[in-house]
Amino acid sequence: MPVRSYIEAVTLALREEMQRDENVFILGEDVGVRGGVFRATAGLFEQFGEARVMDTPLTESAIAGVGIGAAMYGTRPVAEMQFADFILPAVNQIISEAAKTRYRSNNDWTVPLTIRAPYGGGVHGALYHSQSIESIFANQPGLKIVMPSTPYDVKGLLKAAVRSNDPVLFLEHKRAYRLIKGEVPDEDYTLPIGKADVKREGEDITVITYGLAVHFALQAAEKLAEEGISAHILDLRTVYPLDQEAIIEAASKTGKVLLITEDNKEGSIIGEVSAIIAEHCLFDLDAPIRRLAGPDIPAMPYAPPMEKFFMINPEKVENAMRDLAEF
Amino acid sequence: MATEKILMPQLGESVTEGTIGRWLVSVGDKVDKYDPIAEVTTDKVNSEVPTSFQGTIKELIAEEGETLQVGEVICLIEVEGASEAPTKEQHPPAQQEVATSQTASLNEDQSMKKRYSPAVLRLAQEHNIDLEHVEGTGKSGRITRKDVQKLIAEGGVTPSEATTAPQASQTAPTVANSETQKITSSGSITAAQGDTEIPITGVRRAIANNMLKSKHEAPHAWTMMEVDVTNLVNYRNALKNEFKAKEGFSLTFLPFFIKATVEALREFPRMNSMWAGDKIIEKKDINISIAVATEEALYVPVIKQADELSIKGIGRSVNDLAQKVRSNKLSAEDMQGGTFTVNNTGSFGSILSQPIINYPQAAILSVESIVKRPVIMEGGMIAARDMVNLCLSLDHRILDGLIAGRFLARVKEKLEKMSAETTSIY
Repeated sequence: MPVRSYIEAVTLALREEMQRDENVFILGEDVGVRGGVFRATAGLFEQFGEARVMDTPLTESAIAGVGIGAAMYGTRPVAEMQFADFILPAVNQIISEAAKTRYRSNNDWTVPLTIRAPYGGGVHGALYHSQSIESIFANQPGLKIVMPSTPYDVKGLLKAAVRSNDPVLFLEHKRAYRLIKGEVPDEDYTLPIGKADVKREGEDITVITYGLAVHFALQAAEKLAEEGISAHILDLRTVYPLDQEAIIEAASKTGKVLLITEDNKEGSIIGEVSAIIAEHCLFDLDAPIRRLAGPDIPAMPYAPPMEKFFMINPEKVENAMRDLAEF
Repeated sequence: MATEKILMPQLGESVTEGTIGRWLVSVGDKVDKYDPIAEVTTDKVNSEVPTSFQGTIKELIAEEGETLQVGEVICLIEVEGASEAPTKEQHPPAQQEVATSQTASLNEDQSMKKRYSPAVLRLAQEHNIDLEHVEGTGKSGRITRKDVQKLIAEGGVTPSEATTAPQASQTAPTVANSETQKITSSGSITAAQGDTEIPITGVRRAIANNMLKSKHEAPHAWTMMEVDVTNLVNYRNALKNEFKAKEGFSLTFLPFFIKATVEALREFPRMNSMWAGDKIIEKKDINISIAVATEEALYVPVIKQADELSIKGIGRSVNDLAQKVRSNKLSAEDMQGGTFTVNNTGSFGSILSQPIINYPQAAILSVESIVKRPVIMEGGMIAARDMVNLCLSLDHRILDGLIAGRFLARVKEKLEKMSAETTSIY
């Protein structure tokens, strides 16, 4: 099976879906001739032409709005936000229109729109290029938020997002783009949106996380295995709506749960995960639910030591996992 | 002279690795600070990497064409004038000492020994484990879920119970015995001088727990009917000597009562059911639990598929199971799968009892002593008849009085009809 980077899996999924369905088209800033600032759409403009790979003005509200309109009209747009941080001007379009159109029109209208956006820190991007924005959207029924961790999951879930008849926010960790590589088959496949995935089986502690932190947890688990600590790792993959069944199963398995997000701690996705566990697993719990998250400060700092302080990294994850195992 | 490392630089956002395109220096070259030393290519940019030091190239670690993660060492430079930086080497030993002394103190600290997690408490209650006797391997002596699970896997008993039968907590005997209800885990009752303290064995505790569970969970209702078994008594008395001689074991009344019960159970399947929380399960098999007493405890072995047995067959099963109990050969298998209990309290001379349901069955039937009593017969004549009381406790969640009453009336009807003319023991 060919080994591909995370971003190559994005490009591959887009190319395959555009070949499969001529209703699929891409719009966003610099996605055409430039191939995207991260090169996620590299080669697509040349292959599919300017009518299907459209450069837009620097107006995120319009990128989302045009995408919603085109989707309601019967196409399957894939809109790119150059950085997730820039999505805020489009929030009204996404929450008030995309998420609610099916419900408001009693199923007469649907919005099969995928919005891709690179999020996350650790790349010296500072304030406008490092934020995690998922929790802004994570209580909007009608919207799905997918945040894959591996190239295999990227391809399967992005294709599923394009084929979904409802809007999907597809968030890609920008540091994972070229850092994470993995086997990605050439064949056509999709993965179910809304399903979490066990990335490692273990007995002593359960780690539930998503995105890049999945890899930190896997690395830490390898090290801890040498110390005799066996970690069970659940990758949420879809952070809204959450896969409650998988969360309950994973938490109950060991009774010691560590939740990890790169986002600011208060009000993050993992707070909801914690509530699900508290509601369902009390009598299986052997330790207080632990959270490892970014600090509650307004933005990712630029200064490298400060960024390091903010970011989740393998060392922090390993320490938190060991501490929980010893409890 | 000191050796400094040149690292793979980060050449842009999202760039996490770079490929050495070409080395611009060789080992032994002298370089000034900021001199370019290599060309690095990435997905996004190609760039020259400058040196951060003045000195002599000591070793080129990365080869041309090799791809390295950002932050990995690509080459070493010997820097003149600088002294060996000793600072970093001196710290680790000190830190290690702190770490080991912390670990040592952690092991002695038992402050979390009695701080139980919900999972630990639940497991201890479910498996009847006294946490006072469990070793904790968690932080500060805390007993972890794994500690308890390990204990259960190894036999499920605390050291204080280790001498009792390991099966006891799983296949629990149960029967109507008011004494068992007094047993609680409460330590508030103390023995006075001269009293005898009897340690609770595993079997005793299992009885206590099952009785408590049944009484707590199943709302008991109770009913009794009196049955005229004169014909049955005559029939059995006529048979018993010949039977004993021929079959080698005694023909008691119990097999007749069990026979009538299983026939009635087939007509009223709801009596042969179990409460399963969100549903009631009517069991296909009719497996009759019977109570067998020893000096220490009561066991409830099971006659499997009792509806497929003749009266003689039931009699043999009762006899075999009683023998097994008395010779201590009862297996866990012998005590599993019961769907209804018939309890022979009459053997103690009792004429009335209020049995506790054998959890999670739906009901339990007590057969009391057969006694001769004057009975007013049809037509007003008084006769001496063999009378017996049948007492039924039922789980009112599963059953109402109607079905239970009809069932009991059916058992009564069958028993009153049993005679040499209507019933074969074979």
